[in-house]
Parts: sequence; structure tokens; C-alpha cells
Amino acid sequence: MAEKILMKGNEAIGEAAVVAGCRHYFGYPITPQSELIEYMAKRLPQVDGVFLQAESEIAAINMVYGAAGAGARVMTSSSSPGISLKQEGISYIAGAELPCVIVNMVRGGPGLGSIQPGQCDYFQATKGGGHGDYHNIVLVPNSVQELVDYTILAFELADKYRNPVMLLGDGALGQMMEPIAFPQGAAAAPAKPWATTGLRGRKEPNVINSLHIQAPDLEKHNIHLQAKYKTIRENETRWETYKTDDAELVLVAYGISARVALSAMEQARAAGMKVGLFRPITAWPFPYEALAPLAGKAKAFLAVELSAGQMVEDVRLAVNGASPVYHYGRLGGMICSPKEVLGEVTKIMQGKEGK
Amino acid sequence: MAEIAFARPESLHDVPFHYCPGCHHGIIHRLVAEVIDELKVRDRTIGVVPVGCSVLAYNYFNFDTQEAAHGRAPATATGVKRVHPDSVVFTYQGDGDLASIGCAEIVHAAARGEKITTVFVNNAIYGMTGGQMAPTTLPEQVTVTSPYGRDPEKVGMPIRVCEMLATLDGAKFIARVAVNNPANMAKAKAAIKKAFEIQMSGLGFAIVEVLSTCPTNWGMTPLEAVAWLEKNMMPYYPLGIFKTPEGVAK
Ligand SMILES: Cc1ncc(C[n+]2csc(CCOP(=O)(O)OP(=O)(O)O)c2C)c(N)n1
Ligand code: SF4
Ligand SMILES: [Mg+2]
Repeated sequence: MAEKILMKGNEAIGEAAVVAGCRHYFGYPITPQSELIEYMAKRLPQVDGVFLQAESEIAAINMVYGAAGAGARVMTSSSSPGISLKQEGISYIAGAELPCVIVNMVRGGPGLGSIQPGQCDYFQATKGGGHGDYHNIVLVPNSVQELVDYTILAFELADKYRNPVMLLGDGALGQMMEPIAFPQGAAAAPAKPWATTGLRGRKEPNVINSLHIQAPDLEKHNIHLQAKYKTIRENETRWETYKTDDAELVLVAYGISARVALSAMEQARAAGMKVGLFRPITAWPFPYEALAPLAGKAKAFLAVELSAGQMVEDVRLAVNGASPVYHYGRLGGMICSPKEVLGEVTKIMQGKEGK
Repeated sequence: MAEIAFARPESLHDVPFHYCPGCHHGIIHRLVAEVIDELKVRDRTIGVVPVGCSVLAYNYFNFDTQEAAHGRAPATATGVKRVHPDSVVFTYQGDGDLASIGCAEIVHAAARGEKITTVFVNNAIYGMTGGQMAPTTLPEQVTVTSPYGRDPEKVGMPIRVCEMLATLDGAKFIARVAVNNPANMAKAKAAIKKAFEIQMSGLGFAIVEVLSTCPTNWGMTPLEAVAWLEKNMMPYYPLGIFKTPEGVAK
């Protein structure tokens, strides 16, 4: 690890991508991630990389498809409305099993929404977004250092599983400045004998494709994808727990909300309430198996997220009725304060939560 | 020694085309394959094929290919070319694919002067989905979504892609050809070859529009279809070279 430097979240993602060996970036400007595309515009030419501002997010994701299919470590980034436009391409990328990294610095929605931070794209990121039976691997960092670490991990996982990986952040993380350190590099990209590089001596042409025109063939392809997703679930599910051992109430939160929830938890502990925090680091695969055993011990769960209640559905699936699951969220780009969360915690601990 | 007068180009797999009788897609595939053979670039060619009747073109071309989303081939090809600048990259696209859903992608690839070649097959209809109106469907032409004939009052006049793209500096070679007779086939092949050479010399974007038949969805025999193309398409879509690096004599 090198010495620590102070960097803005969005720019840290860009530098992390460069450290990971990403030399191709295609994007379209949108707040609150514009520092990232601007960073790539400046940085990639310095390392003989390719930066291209596309005419739209649709074009950008299809450039990613082409570049990933040609064997490159490639990234695109956007925020909510732009990520909606990318969904067609993401589905094709998942179908064709191409490795790439897609960054979504989420803002309030729906529609044009706001430019302030949100976590309201959780469903879109984890439950499909595009058409067909597919999954993105979804990493949800909660600090600028984690933006760095998980950007690098994202490239590694994308190559390992030939799967799109989404880094799901939010406008707050993107704008935040924190001291960070960059590792020396990422695991080198594996050989990609399937890539369309031109034959160059190879006998059989390579084809990048998501079309399987015969239903039995497509079913077989889907069964293969599902087997891959199972392997990812078994090997790549990530989470963190704080003081959940004796917790009567477990907060569940990711990303920026996990930081708010952690402060609320500490304040609650100081006031003598046994509160813990469960933080998913992969939103897909969601750590159901890690959360489920807590259901037998804790009396209640409180999902804290900047949405009207999206991740809470996964919490309910994990808890499976064993304890009540509450939700607290702010909407439309508003961030909740530790005080507000502490208020909810206190209500639940005092048995005043009626829902 | 006997001379081989007609052999399968190496750039085509030895499999039969699935195209309808009288469809020009097969001829156009062959011309592209012959050009790639003649230029000796099969080893570094990457084709990007569309969504349309030629969606399975990757089964026919004997070199690396990517199957793009509907209309997005120019963006996909851009990604490929930017990763392998020394490769020869082309898109093969229908008129619905290129002139309707993919209008933005083709315009911007041309505007960027993207060093790719586009083979644009204009048959004035959506072939694959069963004969719906395309942006290139002619006035009065009956299709299943213009059952009373295309009404320019309501849906405007057909787009002339070559003429439109000719206004963009990044487009260095633009030609419209047909494969309705042997003489035109030879001109078509020459234009396609030129379009690849423009890319290989790094000049910029090149496109060849090929007027093509769809006997099936036009509801005609193959011969009627050729006659219809000559009588109706050629006057509205004049053949010729619209732009070359050498300049076009007016
Ligand atoms: C996003 C999307 N919209 C619609 C379709 C359905 N579709 C498939 S091919 C096609 C039209 C193809 O027409 P054209 O590009 O003219 O090719 P042709 O079949 O005539 O060669 C359409 C609309 C699709 N596959 N994807
Ligand atoms: S439907 Fe039309 S374009 Fe498609 S293969 Fe048949 S004749 Fe050709
Ligand atoms: Mg057509």
C-alpha cells in the first residue's frame, strides 16, 4: 500500500480502474458522476488508454459490449437515468457473458428526479433491470477507500465469471473526500481465448452473441448461466457485521446509509440499547444465509435505506417471518441523519413501533 | 490446367444461406466475403452483424463476429475498433436497424470518422419481423403497418441515408449501389472494396448502401422484385458515389 492521499469518491473510482488495468472507458455525462467521466478523459490518454464520450448511454454500453467482446478490461459509468438507458445493453452483456464494470452513482428518482444521492435503484441493480433471467454482481461500497477496493475487485470478478459487475454507489459517496491508498494493482486479466480479436492464426472464428434461436439451446444456455450464478452466490457473497452478537435490534444498511446507521447504532449503544448493524457488501448476491441466523437471536430488524423500501424485501426474505422487519428511509435525494435513525431505533426498542 | 471460375470465398463458411429465394442478402454477403479475401484481411477482420434477417450472418462469415443489439452495431463496432485499431471492422445492417432504431449510432459513428466500414442493406421494409414499414419505405408502398400505403402527410418521406451522412466531415466514402444485374454487382463489389480500403488507410468512416429485395414481404416473385426495385427504388434512391476522398465530380 502506498501512502494515503485525499481524493474525491468519483475520481478515486477512476484511478482505481486505471490501477486495475482498465484502459477503455465509454460514457456520457450526468450528475452526480461527472467527475468520473472527466477524470477518465484526463487520465486514460496518459496511460495510452482510450476515452470516448459516447452520443448516449445506449451507445456507451454498446461500445462496452464491443470492447469487452474484443477482450478489453472496460468500464462505463453513469447515474440513475443513464443507467436506465443502459439496461438493454446490460442484458445483452449478461447474455453474451462479457466482463465489464458499470458504475451507478445513484440519484433520487423516478424520472429525471433530483441530482441528490439516493439508493432507489436497488431493485433495478439486483433484480434484473434489463430483460431476461440474469444477474449483475452488485458491489455496494460505503467509503472512498471501498470505492477504490471494490472497483478493483469489480474488474477481477467480471473477468473471473465473465459477468457484468455493477458498482452501486450514490451521489454522496461520489462527492465525498477521504484519505485513501491505492494497492499496487489488480489480479492480471485472465487469457480470453473467446474474444473477437480477429482470427490472427486461430482456426475457428470466435462469435460474441446472446442469440440462441432454438428454445432448447436457449434453455441450455440459461441453465449454464444459473449454474454460474450459483457459484457466484457460494463464493462471492460479502457482508460485515458490527455488534450483532448480543443485539436485540439489528440495523441492516448498505453504502452511505450504513455509515448513518453505524453512528445511530453507536449512539444507541451509548444509551444502553443493544443494537447491531448488518452491512451487505454485495447487494447481489445478497447475504441471505449470513443474515438468517441472526433472526433467531434478534427481536427485530430495521432496514435503513434511501428508498421507499427496496433492500428491505431481501431482509424480509432472509428473516423469513422469524422477527418483525421494519423500514426507515428518506426519499427523493434526502439523506437521513443518525438522529432520525436513533429515533426509529428508540421507538422499536420501546415497543412503540406499531407497524 | 482447368481454371476455377467460381469458388466459395474463404471468408464464407460452407453452409447454405437461410435467406428466401430472390433475397439479395446472400449476394451481398458473398460480395463482402470476396472483398475481404481479396484484401487478405480475413485474419484481422471482425464483423458486427445486426438484428434483422441477417441476424445469423455470424453463421456464414468465416472470421470473428459480434452480434449487436438492434441498431447498435456502429457503437459495438466502435468498441471493437478502439480495442484493436489494427483490425478491420465492419457493420452489416438493415434499413430498420440502421435508419430507424440505430439512427443516432450511425450518425455519430460517421461524425466521429470512426474507422469502420458499414454495409447498409436497404430493402425498404422490415424483413425479419414480417414486412412492417421502415423509414426507407417508399410513398404509397403497402406494408403490414402501412396497409393503406405509406402516407407522407402522416409519416413523412423516406430517409435517404447516403445523402444525409454526406453532410458529415467524418464520413469519407459514401456510395449507393445495387445488385440487380451483373454490371451493378461488379460496381457494388468495387464500392465495398473501396469502403474497406478507406478504413484500412485510416481515413475515416465509409458506408455502402446496397438497394436490396425482399420478395417475401413485398409479395412478389424474385423477378418481379428486381423489376420493382428498378422501377420504384432506384428513382428515389439514385445509385452513385456521394463522397470519396478524391472528391466527386458534380
Ligand atoms: C429492441 C428491439 N426492437 C425490435 C426488435 C424486433 N425486430 C427484429 S428485426 C427488426 C427489423 C429489421 O428490419 P431491417 O433492419 O430492415 O432488416 P431486414 O430484416 O429487412 O434485413 C425488428 C423491428 C428487436 N429485435 N429489438
Ligand atoms: S424476409 Fe425478405 S429480407 Fe428476409 S430473407 Fe426473406 S426476402 Fe430476404
Ligand atoms: Mg430491411
